Amino acid sequence: MTRLPTAIFLGFALLPAAAAFGTETYLLDLFMRVMIFSIAALGLDLLVGYGALVSFGHAAFIGIGAYAVAILASHGINEALISLPVALIAATAFAYLTGTICLRTRGVYFIMITLAFGQMAFFLASSLAPYGGDDGLTMHARSTLFGLSPFKNERLFYYIVLACLIGCYCLCRSLVVSRFGRVFRGARENATRMATLGFDIYRYQLAAYAISGALGGLAGFLLANATDFVSPAYMSWQRSGELIIMIILGGLGTLHGAIIGTLAYSLLGEYLSGLTENWKMIFGPLLVLVVLLARGGLLGLAGQVAAWWRKQHAEPQP
Amino acid sequence: MYRVFTPLAAIAALALVTSTVNAQDKLKIGVIATLSGPPAVLGQQLRNGFQLAVKDLGGKLGGREVEIIVQDDELKPDIAVTKVKALLERDKVDFVVGPVFSNVLQAIFKPVTDAGIVLISPNAGTSNFAGKECNANFFVTSYQNDQAFGVAGKYAQDAGLKKVFLIAPNYQAGRDALAGFKSFFKGEIADEVFVPLGQLDYSAELSKIATAKPDAIYVFLPGGMGINFVKQFRQAGLADKLVFLSAFTVDESTLPAQQDAALGFFAGANWAPNLDTPQNKKFVAGYEKEFNAVPATYAFQAYDAALLIDGALKLTKGSTADKKALQAALQKANFTSLRGGFKFNTNHYPIQDFYLVKVAKRADGKFQTEIAKKVFSNDADIHAKDCPMK
Amino acid sequence: MSMSLLIVQILNGLQLGVLLFLIAAGLTLVFGVMNFINLAHGVQYMLGAYLAVMFYGMTGSSLLALVFALLAALAFGLFLEFVVFRHLYERDHLDQVIATFGIILFLNQAVKYIWGAAPLSLPIPEYFSGSIVLLPGLTYPIWRLVIIASGLAIALLLYVLVSRTRLGMLVRAGANNAPMVSALGVDIRRLFMIVFGFGTMLAGFAGIMIAPILSVEPGMGDTILILAFVVIVIGGIGSIRGAFIAALLIGLADTLGRSFSVDILRLVMAPSPARTVGPAIASMLIYLMMALVLYFRPTGLFPPKGR
Repeated sequence: MTRLPTAIFLGFALLPAAAAFGTETYLLDLFMRVMIFSIAALGLDLLVGYGALVSFGHAAFIGIGAYAVAILASHGINEALISLPVALIAATAFAYLTGTICLRTRGVYFIMITLAFGQMAFFLASSLAPYGGDDGLTMHARSTLFGLSPFKNERLFYYIVLACLIGCYCLCRSLVVSRFGRVFRGARENATRMATLGFDIYRYQLAAYAISGALGGLAGFLLANATDFVSPAYMSWQRSGELIIMIILGGLGTLHGAIIGTLAYSLLGEYLSGLTENWKMIFGPLLVLVVLLARGGLLGLAGQVAAWWRKQHAEPQP
Repeated sequence: MYRVFTPLAAIAALALVTSTVNAQDKLKIGVIATLSGPPAVLGQQLRNGFQLAVKDLGGKLGGREVEIIVQDDELKPDIAVTKVKALLERDKVDFVVGPVFSNVLQAIFKPVTDAGIVLISPNAGTSNFAGKECNANFFVTSYQNDQAFGVAGKYAQDAGLKKVFLIAPNYQAGRDALAGFKSFFKGEIADEVFVPLGQLDYSAELSKIATAKPDAIYVFLPGGMGINFVKQFRQAGLADKLVFLSAFTVDESTLPAQQDAALGFFAGANWAPNLDTPQNKKFVAGYEKEFNAVPATYAFQAYDAALLIDGALKLTKGSTADKKALQAALQKANFTSLRGGFKFNTNHYPIQDFYLVKVAKRADGKFQTEIAKKVFSNDADIHAKDCPMK
Repeated sequence: MSMSLLIVQILNGLQLGVLLFLIAAGLTLVFGVMNFINLAHGVQYMLGAYLAVMFYGMTGSSLLALVFALLAALAFGLFLEFVVFRHLYERDHLDQVIATFGIILFLNQAVKYIWGAAPLSLPIPEYFSGSIVLLPGLTYPIWRLVIIASGLAIALLLYVLVSRTRLGMLVRAGANNAPMVSALGVDIRRLFMIVFGFGTMLAGFAGIMIAPILSVEPGMGDTILILAFVVIVIGGIGSIRGAFIAALLIGLADTLGRSFSVDILRLVMAPSPARTVGPAIASMLIYLMMALVLYFRPTGLFPPKGR
């Protein structure tokens, strides 16, 4: 099942060429946003799809990464060699510390305790008066790399984001098939069995949670540079909820489902909002329909349609 | 993002059978406003005001037919950036008009002005863009926030109020609001309370006010917060005991919900629906007929934004190609504002009068603010001196 | 920080608490008995408020508005149950989340489409308007007392229903082990529908009662839904008693935190930073509480036994 992800990445890679006619940077911007959120969604899918750990505070990781970059930039430090590691470490550390507490709980309690920490991060950012507080903080210059400005060139920036996305995808893919991933997945199916086998599943889950936080931090770094701006709104619970909806919509536990979900959610929203101001009256029922008609989100739906198609075309043969 | 060809523009186009007119000749204007979530009513006022102006001008601004492209920023800064880039790159707009909220303005300011497109804000007017970060491509038809905040402070000082209780949300504009009030009011401050943004229940604060026994309260609670506060303030029986001074808390966007609860409350503003100019009378009547609601400042400032573009394009003969000439033409403010006197300061923020306005019930049962007293004449904001533009 | 101020703030906290309880009760029952995460519970609260405004406009009577709005909210809740929710009971929690989220999107927009984006308001019933003097120098709005009283009455009613009646027994049993109840020959579908309808009505009732105090606007149910989830998680999912205690706890903590955090911080720091730090801490307070409770009791204060 590597054809689909390859096709997705190829699509992303070819988009700038296709978009060269006319409205280039707008499309680049739109798809860059999709890819950035896909990176965060990959991290979330790692937790939700493979570990049944539904994190409802995931936007906080993005926000922390974004704020790390913007705050450093406001002090004149634009070098990505400094700000990227800081963003990653800040998000990972936050994930690790809150993870030690969150992972004591299960199920819906886990959802809500991650929300609690997400909300705390949100209110903390809102109260950062020196850094814009609720109004947010404008980044007057994008990050530099070795003193060069690769993020200033939209097309180059686009491919950097794509490279990050592919890198994260490969990382997650290798993680889930590794021994680490097997234990982590095993804990979802049967925690007691894994424990009796001698695995300290808490440590595995904590590691996964921290990795997921790091991916969020990376997304935050890219998002801050893409929008030249950070705001507490980046960590609102609505944003965390949207991320969850995106990965469920795509199909859980497949990794590329997370990307498809993000793509579908963002593009459908963009398309429908172009049709009518009341686009959510169409979008909402569509979400309900996807759930009612299919199991496993859009990927599941596609699978069912494919199976039905094969059946239709197989039967006429006597 | 949905496109609105104003009906009159379409009719005019058909009537004249200007088949030779190239689609390229259409003036494209992107309007970005918050149209979803609870503050949507403000964004609708802004959009309606702008569309009404274009309609009143026969679907043309500066002699060019107009296509308005409306985008909803959803009050999410990063979404706003994407939407604005769509306006700039895909739709290739000649002007961007918007937004309602200052955090959205902070987010879209750089993309628009960097692209060399003129951004006209019909509402948000933050201090940083009035001062050090002022920009040749940025014009404001509303005010610098501090000016509106100062009105009630000046009035409280002049009226000899002794003890005032201040309340605002805990964010930059909230802190600016209280600072603006205090820069004119020198009496006793009973207490300053900052509430979380979006708070709906003010029982805790109202009890504090009742205990502090001030002569007046000064409130900056925009949108839904103000609606709830005003209702609860009236219910707590405080409305008859103290003077209610405010900024952006009681206006025509909130009065339909506040109704009698806000009667007699004061606010600082640069305009009111009953302002006695012929243009304004026509505007208010036209707006009420078209949208069945009393216009608020958001609508009138957006209307003025359209007049501003119209006046400037008349000077440049419809051309937006020469940016320097366009900026100079806009700077001249070649139009009659609905508020009467209007000119731009060096930082492209208006110099204008400010009034204390009072909530009143009209004969037809609708509510509006009415001018009680002129507080400032030809007032310029204090940040202009920091602006490098001369 | 005078005594009368403290009393008033405690009353305010109680009022927020019972409001949260009215919403959380339905949520925790539906979750506990049917194992169904209903994010659309918050829009039922919003709908209650809007329906009350609409029926008040039609009839001009607060009482009729209350009755009609309750019935309409119930009817609409059952309609949703029939059309969408009952197909989701057997499904994964996350499927329920996405479907009910879709319903939130739809209804928030639909409400805006029908009644407009501008906030609406509902007047306080004539006979409950104004304030009364509780103690010398201490007045309090009557309507808020009415909310507290009716909330407590409903809590009592629920307590009797759940602990003293056969239906309540089934509900408790369902919260502990629904498949077993079903296996014992109880029509679980009917039980679900009763529980669901009841929860819907309580949320609608909360919306109607709060409409005279808060502005009625699209999306008003979203924030309260999150708070209600905080309540049921602190209380322990499926536990009415837990929801009641947690609701009062959250209501009091939030109100008292907001009103006294600045004063308390002023004791240890300068007034100006205290004014900005205080509200931030006050906003975080309930989330801090939830994190603490879950740290020490990972399944809430009163988890139903047997799960």
